[in-house]
Amino acid sequence: MSNEVHSGPPDQTQELEKLPLDSWHRAHGGRMVPFAGYEMPVQYEGIIAEHLWTRENAGLFDVSHMGQLLIGGGNTDTALEQLMPGDFQALGDMKPKYSLLLDEDGGIIDDLMATRRGSDFYVVVNGATKLGDIDEFQHRLPREVVVDYMKEQALLALQGPRAAEVLETIVPGVSQLSFMEAGPFHALGAPLWISRSGYTGEDGFEISVAGNAVEKVADAVIAHDLVKPIGLGARDSLRLEAGLPLYGHDLDRETTPVMAGLNFAINKRRRAEGGFAGALRILAELENGPPQKRVGFDVDGRQPVREGALILDGEGNELGKITSGGFSPSLQRPIAMGYVAAPFAEVGTSLKLEQRGKLFEARVVAMPFVPHRYYRKGAA
Amino acid sequence: MSLYFTKDHEWIRVEGNSGTVGISSHAQEALGDIVFAEAPPTGRELRKGEEAAVVESVKAASDVYSPVSGSVIEGNPAIVDDPALINHDPEGAGWFFKIEVEDPAELAELMDEAAYRDWVKTL
Repeated sequence: MSNEVHSGPPDQTQELEKLPLDSWHRAHGGRMVPFAGYEMPVQYEGIIAEHLWTRENAGLFDVSHMGQLLIGGGNTDTALEQLMPGDFQALGDMKPKYSLLLDEDGGIIDDLMATRRGSDFYVVVNGATKLGDIDEFQHRLPREVVVDYMKEQALLALQGPRAAEVLETIVPGVSQLSFMEAGPFHALGAPLWISRSGYTGEDGFEISVAGNAVEKVADAVIAHDLVKPIGLGARDSLRLEAGLPLYGHDLDRETTPVMAGLNFAINKRRRAEGGFAGALRILAELENGPPQKRVGFDVDGRQPVREGALILDGEGNELGKITSGGFSPSLQRPIAMGYVAAPFAEVGTSLKLEQRGKLFEARVVAMPFVPHRYYRKGAA
Repeated sequence: MSLYFTKDHEWIRVEGNSGTVGISSHAQEALGDIVFAEAPPTGRELRKGEEAAVVESVKAASDVYSPVSGSVIEGNPAIVDDPALINHDPEGAGWFFKIEVEDPAELAELMDEAAYRDWVKTL
C-alpha cells in the first residue's frame, strides 16, 4: 500500500512539544501524531466511533496546543479594532466573539475568539499560528498594549448534547451560561475560565485551566459514563460537518473574511466606519461581492474528495479548489468545502470535482451539513 | 496453500496458481476506519508492484499494489458494499481481489508470514 501506512517516523527536524496531558492520552489509548508542533492524539478507539459519540453524548478534547493570550494595557479594544473587523468597543464583558486577525491587504492571518475581561481581552488563537500571531500583535499594536502568552495554561473542550449535564456535576452553575458566554469558575481546587462554545456544532464548553491542574479536571470529566476522550481526527470531521472553516486549509492570507463567508464577523459599525486592516478591499467586497466564495459540496458516490481536488465547471474549466473534504460519519457520505468563482457559488449549482484524474459529480449546498445545536437561554 | 506479504503490507494467499490479495491487519490498523474501497475489474492485467486497488480511511487515501504479476480473476464486491469489512477481517473476508499468478518465481521475493510479523514489530 502507498504512503501514509508505512511513511515511517514523522519528520524529526522539528522538535515536538508534549502536551500537559501527554501521558494521560497514552494511558487512554491515544494514538499520538505530530500536529502544530506537538505530539497530539489523533484517535483513541476510532474516528467514526468518537465522532458519533460526540454527536450523541459528550466528548473530551485536549486543545492545549492552541494559544491563549491575555492582551491588555492602554485602550486595548480600539487597538484590537485596528487589526480585526469586530466591534470590540461595544463588546460586553465575558462574551466570546469570533474574529479574524487581518493583514494590511485584508488577508486572514488567523481566526480566533476574543473575550473582554474588564479592560483586557482573553484571546484564543490556533496552535500552528500562535507564535506568528503573537509577533503580529506585538509589532502592530501600540507599545502600551501588552501581549501575555499564557504558555502554562491548558485548554480542554467538552462537546456534545450531554456536555452541560456532565460539567454541571463538576462545576456547579456552569450550565447557566448561554452559548457564547464565559466566566470564571472554581472547582477541584483550581480556578477555571469556562466559555460555552466549541468547534463541533454541538452544545459544549471550553475550559481553560493551569497545565498542572488539567489532569484533575480531565479525570473528573472522563469519570462520567457519558464522556469519552476524542482525538483530532473526529475534531476535524465534526467541524467539517458543522461547516466551520479550519485555518491553514479553508482560510489563509489569500482569503478575506468576505470570500470565506464570514461576514457576520464584520460588525455594522465597522462596516460603516472601516478603520481595520484591509478595510478598503473588504468593504469593496461587501459592496460588490468577492471574486471567490467558500461553499459546501455534496459529493456523489462514496469516495471522499479531499483538500487539493480541483473544482471544474461543465466544460472542464477550473473554478477553484477543495480546501477540506472527507467522509461524513453522521451522514455516511462524502462532503467537502472549497472556493469557487462567485458566479458558481449559488446553492444547487452542479459542478465537477477532479481528484487523481477521476471526476466526481458534486452540488453546491448550504452549510452546515449537520445542523448546529447550540444552547441559547430562553430558546425552546 | 501459502501466505506471503509485501513490505507495502499487502498479503497474497496462493492456492495452485490462484492468489487472493488483501491488506494486512497492521495496515488496516494504521489506516483506521475504512470508508471506501475499490477493487480491480476482472481481466485486468497487473504487473508486480502496480496500483491495483484503492482504499480510503477517514484520514487518508492509499493505493493497494499487486504483490505479483497476472490477470485479475475477480474483485471482492463485499468490500465495495461494506468497506469496514477490511477493518473487521483484513486477512479473511476483507480480501480485495483474486489474481492468476503468472510467474511463481515472483513469490520468492516476498516475505513469509513469520518474517512479516517479526518485521512489522520493528516499525
